[in-house]
Amino acid sequence: MNWEVILKYLPRLLDGAILTLELVGFAVAAGLLLAIPIGIARASRHWYVRAIPYGYIFFFRGTPLLVQLFLVYYGVAQFEAVREGPLWPFLREAYWCAILTMTLHTAAYIAEILRGAIQAVPPGEVEAARALGMSRRQAMFYIILPRAARIGLPAYSNEVILMLKASALASTITLLELTGMARTIIARTYLPVEIFFAAGMFYLLISFILVKGFKLLERWLRVDDCQGR
Amino acid sequence: MTLDLYGFGPALAAGTLMTVKLALCALSLGLVLGLLGALAKTSAHKPLQWLGGTFSTLVRGIPELLWVLLIYFGTVNMMRSLGHLLGLPGLELDAFAAGTIALGLCFGAYSTEVFRGAILAIPRGHREAGLALGMSRPRIFWRITLPQMWRISLPGLGNLFMILMKDTALVSVIGLEELMRHSQIAVTSTKEPFTFFLVAAFIYLGLTVIAMTGMYFLEKRAGRGFTRSAS
Repeated sequence: MNWEVILKYLPRLLDGAILTLELVGFAVAAGLLLAIPIGIARASRHWYVRAIPYGYIFFFRGTPLLVQLFLVYYGVAQFEAVREGPLWPFLREAYWCAILTMTLHTAAYIAEILRGAIQAVPPGEVEAARALGMSRRQAMFYIILPRAARIGLPAYSNEVILMLKASALASTITLLELTGMARTIIARTYLPVEIFFAAGMFYLLISFILVKGFKLLERWLRVDDCQGR
Repeated sequence: MTLDLYGFGPALAAGTLMTVKLALCALSLGLVLGLLGALAKTSAHKPLQWLGGTFSTLVRGIPELLWVLLIYFGTVNMMRSLGHLLGLPGLELDAFAAGTIALGLCFGAYSTEVFRGAILAIPRGHREAGLALGMSRPRIFWRITLPQMWRISLPGLGNLFMILMKDTALVSVIGLEELMRHSQIAVTSTKEPFTFFLVAAFIYLGLTVIAMTGMYFLEKRAGRGFTRSAS
């Protein structure tokens, strides 16, 4: 092990780690916002409301993230209309492409988590809300969603960590996040084992912090002891 | 709009075959690793427990892409010195072997947890009954624990296999000529990225659907004699 090299390039790896965190943070936050309507629609009683989110989730969960990234980054430019369109300054940048794709990808997974959580809310609680004279909408926003958020939180923290690892794929579309940075440094130093090891330790550290953070959040959100798992 | 593949259809088919081959090879390696990991983690010996725990935490905490790159580029020196030792100059891992090892490692680490859950889900009494009947420990594992583990862990393994199949796309990064790599080659000469990547996406979807159907029948077969609880 050549520790000197690792120490020397630590600041650059840190830069990469910050970009990784940026990508993941953006994606899981935007993905959550996008997933709420999709998840609610997915849990609907009407099959025609369920169908569209089902297709969306099926596509994004059934294809590799790499394919989706390439479809957005390389694929969209095939169309004249996109290249002339107002969104082109964004879709030209690997950064926004990565964020867009990761958001769409994780939204599919989070929506599925949310559906499971919504369906796991005890029916008695929903009936109680309705019996108190709440409209369906009120019951959804005041009872079901807050309850589902707590039920789905552990699964959501899993998804965030999966996205952290998936963000390594952004290096394939030229972004210099942690993995991309490691590959650049290796191209200069020819020391793959040391640098990849250091990058791996960064990922381990980040996921460790995330796990601890979510544990705290879970405790903070807990209303009483008999709730949840 | 009709679909025109510019004669790249056979190449994509060959790539699909390679993807399936890679997935199955990584699956077999991963199942062995996962079984060993689970046995280590549930064993009574502290060092073995530690080994199993470290293996699954370390592998699961690092991105799959990093493993693929690390094993492909990181083992060059090691393989060279090994080749020197064996008198085989130019010994190296090709992309297929490296991809199999990397994906097998990841599958193994995740399936360690699935298998461990399955081992813990088998009632203690079954093993005690085996002991009472005078069966040896390996025999108990082979005849009582393993067949039940298969049934319990099958749904979890199915999920992991779908993830594995999608992760095979990562091996295109180190140049293995699987589906994704062939699509990229087609894109460079036809300049139609959207068409080819969409076709690739739908081939992956098709593979997922086939795997899902397969899992359905396997689960049905493994669960015969057991009434499924309504869920």
